[in-house]
Amino acid sequence: MTTARPSTVTSLHVRSGRLVELVLVLFAIGIVALAYVNVGIATRDALPTDVWWHVGIFGAFPLALHGVLRWRARYADPLLLPLATLLNGLGLVMIHRIDVARGLGATEGVASRQLMWTGLAVAMAAATLVVVRDHRVLRRYTFTAMAVGFVLLLLPMLPVVGQEINGSRLWVRVGPLSLQPGELAKIALTIFFAGYLVSTRDALSLVGRRFLGLQLPRARDLGPILVAWGLSVLILVLQRDLGSSLLFFGLFVAVLYVATERTSWIVIGMALFVAGAVLAWQLFGHVQQRVTLWLDPFAAGQSDQVAKGLMGLAHGGIFGTGLGEGYPTITYFPASDYIVASFGEELGMIGLFGILVLYGLLVERGLRTAIGAREGFGKLLAAGMSFTVALQVFVIVGGITRVIPLTGLTTPFLSSGGSSLLANWVIVALLLRISDHARRPVSERRQDPTKDLAHPREVAR
Amino acid sequence: MNTPIRRLAVVAMLMFAALLLSTTWIQFVQAEDLRETPGNRRTLIEGYSRDRGAILVDGTAVARSERTDDELEWIRRYDQATRYAHVTGYYSFTYGAGLGLERARNAVLAGTDDSLFYQRVTDLLTGEPPAGASLEITIDPDVQAAAQQALGDRRGAAVAVDPRTGAILAMVSSPSFDPNTLSSHQLAAVDEAFVALTEDPARPLVNRALAGDLYPPGSTYKLVVAAAALESGDFQPDSELEGGLTYTLPGTTTELPNFGGAACDPQDRPTLAESVRVSCNTSFAWLAGELGADALREQSQDFGFDQDLQVPMTVTPSTYPEAPDDAQLALTGIGQHEVRVTPLQVAMISAAIANEGVVMEPYLVQTVRNSDLEVIEETGPGQLSRAVSGSTATALRDMMVSAVESGSGQAAALPGVAVAGKTGTAEFGTEGAAHGWFTGFAPADDPQIALAVVVESATDDWSGETGGVVAAPVARAMFEAGVQR
Repeated sequence: MTTARPSTVTSLHVRSGRLVELVLVLFAIGIVALAYVNVGIATRDALPTDVWWHVGIFGAFPLALHGVLRWRARYADPLLLPLATLLNGLGLVMIHRIDVARGLGATEGVASRQLMWTGLAVAMAAATLVVVRDHRVLRRYTFTAMAVGFVLLLLPMLPVVGQEINGSRLWVRVGPLSLQPGELAKIALTIFFAGYLVSTRDALSLVGRRFLGLQLPRARDLGPILVAWGLSVLILVLQRDLGSSLLFFGLFVAVLYVATERTSWIVIGMALFVAGAVLAWQLFGHVQQRVTLWLDPFAAGQSDQVAKGLMGLAHGGIFGTGLGEGYPTITYFPASDYIVASFGEELGMIGLFGILVLYGLLVERGLRTAIGAREGFGKLLAAGMSFTVALQVFVIVGGITRVIPLTGLTTPFLSSGGSSLLANWVIVALLLRISDHARRPVSERRQDPTKDLAHPREVAR
Repeated sequence: MNTPIRRLAVVAMLMFAALLLSTTWIQFVQAEDLRETPGNRRTLIEGYSRDRGAILVDGTAVARSERTDDELEWIRRYDQATRYAHVTGYYSFTYGAGLGLERARNAVLAGTDDSLFYQRVTDLLTGEPPAGASLEITIDPDVQAAAQQALGDRRGAAVAVDPRTGAILAMVSSPSFDPNTLSSHQLAAVDEAFVALTEDPARPLVNRALAGDLYPPGSTYKLVVAAAALESGDFQPDSELEGGLTYTLPGTTTELPNFGGAACDPQDRPTLAESVRVSCNTSFAWLAGELGADALREQSQDFGFDQDLQVPMTVTPSTYPEAPDDAQLALTGIGQHEVRVTPLQVAMISAAIANEGVVMEPYLVQTVRNSDLEVIEETGPGQLSRAVSGSTATALRDMMVSAVESGSGQAAALPGVAVAGKTGTAEFGTEGAAHGWFTGFAPADDPQIALAVVVESATDDWSGETGGVVAAPVARAMFEAGVQR
């Protein structure tokens, strides 16, 4: 038996949070295991015998990442990993459940591929944490990130690799895999936005004249926002992808606002958005269809996609039918775009509230990381990435529940699709890295002189 | 930069709040309306996931639910499908509950009816899977089979009721259809079958017995006219009527002949009883003029015309024309000119005469039992109206008996059983085509079954197919099957 020795070292009082994280990750894996068993009992009247295997494989990934965090980012936010684990696991269970409804076994369905992608995505997150030992390095690659982002965005337009699915050109075919590079472009562009704006924020926020109580920027400072706007419109025109277009523009305006603290940018951004939206509505038939579908999903002679999703949600009611007891396959894309409707049907309003709260916590932890970050680049990066998650959830869930017109976007962590999973796990890895930097006690930073030499200190604002 | 980040957090929270609101709106506030939206497949599947009650004839199911392995869990099966198609109707995933009892008693069969509320609560508490109630119906399988076989491929309908209770013993409409083709889970094939059935010019989905296009009753309507005459007190069975070779319709030069141009009586003065026996046109045209349209309409209504009946399927009301002129009035006396009836109504006329003048309310469902076989609804005989006095009924019965013994309806006669009946041949359209009718009851002195049969002329080229030739044999087959000796 050892007794605690009194100590004068204050850093002992800073809790890394790794134990909390471990407990919560195990808890999340437990919930996923229960959900998996639930599906098995509901659909086959039997305890799935492969539960140890499948949950074991799945659980190994976040636990391994937990190990990497103990090694490379001891002070990272302890809630981010459990939240991502739970969302990813629930998504896997629902995808498996839809495989079952389609008569596919555990190994031949979409779920096994999604599980493989989960492993790959978590490995990417671990690699990110190992390679990027300080997020500030990324600032050096501001314009590289821009180039990478643009290339990724435009890749699907190339003739050979580009692929059109369901009327949108968003995919790239590499061997047997279909990738959606737009998802990864999201990260590259956030790095670019953060890096670019942290350098130019003074010019953008201080210069300009006042008009109607707003500090208007100079004409030449309007350049970047116009470029971002043009890019969004380009995505809309070339790839017919309303969702990504909205996401990129929203992301840019948000980061611009955080960087400059100027409300005028939001007003200008909104004005540009409205102009773009009206223009798109007038020019493109598919945009008009989306709007009429939004206003009256039950009107005759149009797609019943929204209507079917609403009926699925209504079928679930407050408490849901229970996992495996509903009919999610009646809805189109029940495992990808409409996976939230599948959850709403089987877990009910209560379950959907739970999922939304998980996202809310994830975003809140991300924004808290942004506030805690000690320098501008980290703040912008964390705020941008967190807000992306919030915006993406809002655009897709809002589309399903008729808050806004429906646009196709993946639901972070839940939807089937490897690129989305990859991107969102890397986002979590970067948030973990920034939060580790933010929460690390001063004493430990001094104990790591190589890091301080490699990355000159910045003044935090 | 922290202030804008905090504001961004507020914006994000507002976005999530909007999603929580919209989810609540859809899953709680609007949920019921959305579930009831027509074409909601989930609601349809839910209906299938319940064990829908059977429809039983004399202990044998003519419609029942069978478990399947597919998503819909239950499939509706119809044994003796075409024989009972218009009684059962169909239960289709795509087209819902249609026609017959499937539609008329849908809520009871599905188990959603208010009368099954306690059953549902008990099922919920005991963990029993929810199940619908079953219907035991009044059809006599022998009479139903006889009617269907005797009608064969010809278009028409046959209805039989128990005159003492109003219980429907047989209800056949021809051509029929196979409801299994609509209850199948092969949805593409179901669509095909449904389109074929609805586009078929013979209209097999129409129940001609009670909800088809109404038929002109022809000479069977003479029973109503004779009843009105006797009830007026001005005529007795032996009252002599004016009935020559032809009758000139009042206000026109049109000569109405007797059937086949024959005389009704050597002195052209047939009695009322004789006019019924030989089905004399001229004397009944004259009699209608004597009685007037109001008297005929009232007598018709006493037999059940203009009534909305649910047996439980809705019966199209039979009608007597609004305001006929004198020529038209004369024609109504022989069941022409816009007198329109259902076969069930004609059967009710015979039934009333058989039942000493009292019309019983027709019904098809005898007993409703919940899944625990407890009786939750039992139909007893109910009086609809008194059509004629007992003595008028007796007089009419005697006339109908002689019509079968030695008159127009001899093809319905049955050895050893006194049959009362009346034939009819109803012309329609401009020329040529006619429907053959027979209505009557048996045994005449102790009536057990009253019926009406109509056989549509298959072509416009009518070649002497009178009711006595085409409809009476069908009636005979039904009597043979239905009379207990």
